[in-house]
Amino acid sequence: MSTTQQTPAQETPFVPATATGRITNFVDERVGGSGILREFGRKVFPDHWSFMFGEVALYSFVILLLSGTFLTFFFDPSMAETHYSGPYVPLKGVEMSVAYDSTLRLSFEVRGGLFMRQVHHWSALLFVAAVSVHMLRVFFTGAFRKPRELNWVVGGVLLILSMAAGFTGYSLPDDLLSGNGLRIIDGVVKSIPVIGTYISFFLFGGEFPGTAIIGRLYMLHIMLVPAMILLMIAIHLFMVVVHKHTQYPGPGRNDRNVVGYPLGPVYAAKAGGFFFIMFGIIAFISATFQINPVWNYGPYDPSPVSAGTQPDWYIGWVDGALRLMPGWVFNIPMEWHIPFPWGTNTLSMNVLAPALIPAGIVFTLLFIYPWIERWVTRDNREHHVLDRPRNAPTRTAIGVAGFIFYCVMWAAASSDLIATHFEVSLNDALYWMRALFIVGPILGFIITKRVALALQRKDREIALHGRETGRIVRLPHGEFQEIHAQLDDYKRYKLVGFESPVPEEGIPNENGIVTKKENLRSKLSSFFFEDRVAPAAPSELEAGHHHEAITAADDDKAITH
Amino acid sequence: MGNHSDGSPTSSDAVAKAGHEEVDKFQDPGLPPHRLRLADTDPKAAKRAERQVAWLFIISIVGTLLFFVAYFGIRLDDTFGPLRLQNTLLGLGVAFAMLGIGTGIVHWARALMPDHEVAEERHAIRSEEDRLAAVQIVDDILDETGIKRRPLIRNTLIGAVALAPLPAIAIFRDLGPLPGDSLRHTLWKEGERLARDPDGTPIKASDVTIGSAFHVIPESLNSLTEGKIAAKAKAVVLLMRLNPEDLNPSQGREDWGYNGIVAYSKICTHVGCPVALYEQQTHHLLCPCHQSTFDLTQECKVIFGPAVRPLPQLPIAVDADGYLVAQSDFHEPVGPSFWERG
Repeated sequence: MSTTQQTPAQETPFVPATATGRITNFVDERVGGSGILREFGRKVFPDHWSFMFGEVALYSFVILLLSGTFLTFFFDPSMAETHYSGPYVPLKGVEMSVAYDSTLRLSFEVRGGLFMRQVHHWSALLFVAAVSVHMLRVFFTGAFRKPRELNWVVGGVLLILSMAAGFTGYSLPDDLLSGNGLRIIDGVVKSIPVIGTYISFFLFGGEFPGTAIIGRLYMLHIMLVPAMILLMIAIHLFMVVVHKHTQYPGPGRNDRNVVGYPLGPVYAAKAGGFFFIMFGIIAFISATFQINPVWNYGPYDPSPVSAGTQPDWYIGWVDGALRLMPGWVFNIPMEWHIPFPWGTNTLSMNVLAPALIPAGIVFTLLFIYPWIERWVTRDNREHHVLDRPRNAPTRTAIGVAGFIFYCVMWAAASSDLIATHFEVSLNDALYWMRALFIVGPILGFIITKRVALALQRKDREIALHGRETGRIVRLPHGEFQEIHAQLDDYKRYKLVGFESPVPEEGIPNENGIVTKKENLRSKLSSFFFEDRVAPAAPSELEAGHHHEAITAADDDKAITH
Repeated sequence: MGNHSDGSPTSSDAVAKAGHEEVDKFQDPGLPPHRLRLADTDPKAAKRAERQVAWLFIISIVGTLLFFVAYFGIRLDDTFGPLRLQNTLLGLGVAFAMLGIGTGIVHWARALMPDHEVAEERHAIRSEEDRLAAVQIVDDILDETGIKRRPLIRNTLIGAVALAPLPAIAIFRDLGPLPGDSLRHTLWKEGERLARDPDGTPIKASDVTIGSAFHVIPESLNSLTEGKIAAKAKAVVLLMRLNPEDLNPSQGREDWGYNGIVAYSKICTHVGCPVALYEQQTHHLLCPCHQSTFDLTQECKVIFGPAVRPLPQLPIAVDADGYLVAQSDFHEPVGPSFWERG
């Protein structure tokens, strides 16, 4: 660095005393571990049970990598034909693919092989579930707001990748169920206009099912998709470090600080211990609950199929959408034959629409939602304190509407089992679900918004009047009253310390004109914020009275302007 | 909706007003006072927690031992019993090994490690100073490359970069053959005998009683050496016999059946699942995957569910030996629709 004087190459004066110290020092001098430890060793992490879902996702992915690696040593992704000669009597001599054969051998002849398969499948189910619930938590608490919008997008990509990982893995054993799953995928792919048939032939290496698909899915499942997931997790965690964690609102917490436990020792111990707890729970489930007994289904054969088959839960919503779609709507076929100069082409909307449109809506809204809210509120501040869901009633209602939209499709994938278990007509069950598909999200929106506003009002009441003590007093003039106990400052602040935006008029541009875009923004702003309950204010507490705070549209109508 | 914000939010004093808001707001009282745990004040409680943690770790050790007992102690044979027992014990061993460590550490952290919450300042993610420096660096780099001053380099580079990835797309062409007309043909041809799935024995018309149903493959399928599953995926057929008066064949299809025996493609016209459920009383065929329902008495027209087209019918006849044979291939492609289907 210095040019004036020849300085010797850097050498630290520290001389370690013990052997461990020497090794540590050797590494530290070469990688700069001390600096890293100094930066992160006592980094503060807020603690809340809902922050655990992300951890569950991460840890189940680690368990997936561990158990999956074990499985690859025994599984053979070949579609060559063979005859089973293993110990499982019912399938002796049956013709099957090498992939299915190796799955059976892995289950019956490798000690612990069945256990590892079960661990792998259970943690896959848990992984997608944890990613989904984590995303719900982030949505309902507003954690996607600046500066975390991009990390929200990374999370959405991870959700898609986790489903891709699950589906590619589900198909590998080449049993009857997974083969039928692939056949459905083939049918959906073929419905894609212009290129669908070609994609199908390229994917399967010819006509369905061909002899290539298992090997190709295997590569995707053990290499490409996990590599992409790992990359996304790395980006995700890097951004968590950059942003620092969000925290729930409460006394002492604001957008400029982060309150919690230091990484070492408490947070690291809790998080690290939680990995082992997760592993233990998955091991317990895998020891005691059977999943995907492929030997019961038999090898893939295009002719048989068993009734009441279900995809893994995370594909259910797409399968359910396929079931909900009617082939004929009021005697109009949903398959269209379009005349072109070169001949007639077929557009199979009864397959294409349910496969693409609901998923398209869900993921488009999911990805752009942070920017919608940002545009409507013109809020460019960083938010590190989370919203309690009740304090953002419209957002919470939108989230619930989306959740119901998803859940109706998901439940529809079990329409036949619903019919047989509850002894109702299969057709009626589906008609009801078609109605719920439309009405459910709307009802969910309305009810959730009302519930959130009611909870806010309850909060106001408690903040201003205190909590009910259950002690009834009779006053001298005969009146009975319940004694309320005032909250302490800390508890009260938790109930009143939130922002409540007001609806905003469109802002005129430099020519004094409110553009159409601004008009839309103003309308959306009313949609989001016109029903609001303001946080209780000190003046109200002092006055010793409070007002019903909701300025709902209904009340509005009663007021004459 | 629009005029709502005009009046009432400001006319209700429950609603915070802009500007006024900052003043009339509860002040953050700061972090609540720390409350000590039992183990912080009572050495006995701390000692008890210490023993509990140790016991949890011992449970983990026992779990690991259980794994080895199950792994080496149980011998697998042809039956399910030992497999089930081994799987359960291996799993429980691992479960206790892991849960012991996990709950032990968490209990240790919760009961004995300091539980003071501390506050840390957040720092700006991007400082203005950094931004200016970065802008300067980018400007300098661009300037040094001279890319703005030398449009020839820039434009040819854009062209090269736009074209270079194309081979990476083209190279995937050989993933599979072109479809051609393979989706329009199956193994069925004139004189091909209808055979039982899966053993391939031909079916005599006299074997088919009213109300019965057969899962059918072409007789020649089992002698195929390759592409057998793909051929079967298109050619499987359901054979049923009804009272001839229950069938209502349309014009030109009156002789596609034989004495009330009719054959239909088993591949659903929705997304290709096998339509394997035959409701004998109602003469309905039901696809178990997405519940498309086809009515045999109306030439397998769709009466419920997501499918649009009826199942294609295989014209059948009886040969000189009394066996059921196909009159021809299907008259239309079987299975799900595709763009070129027409």
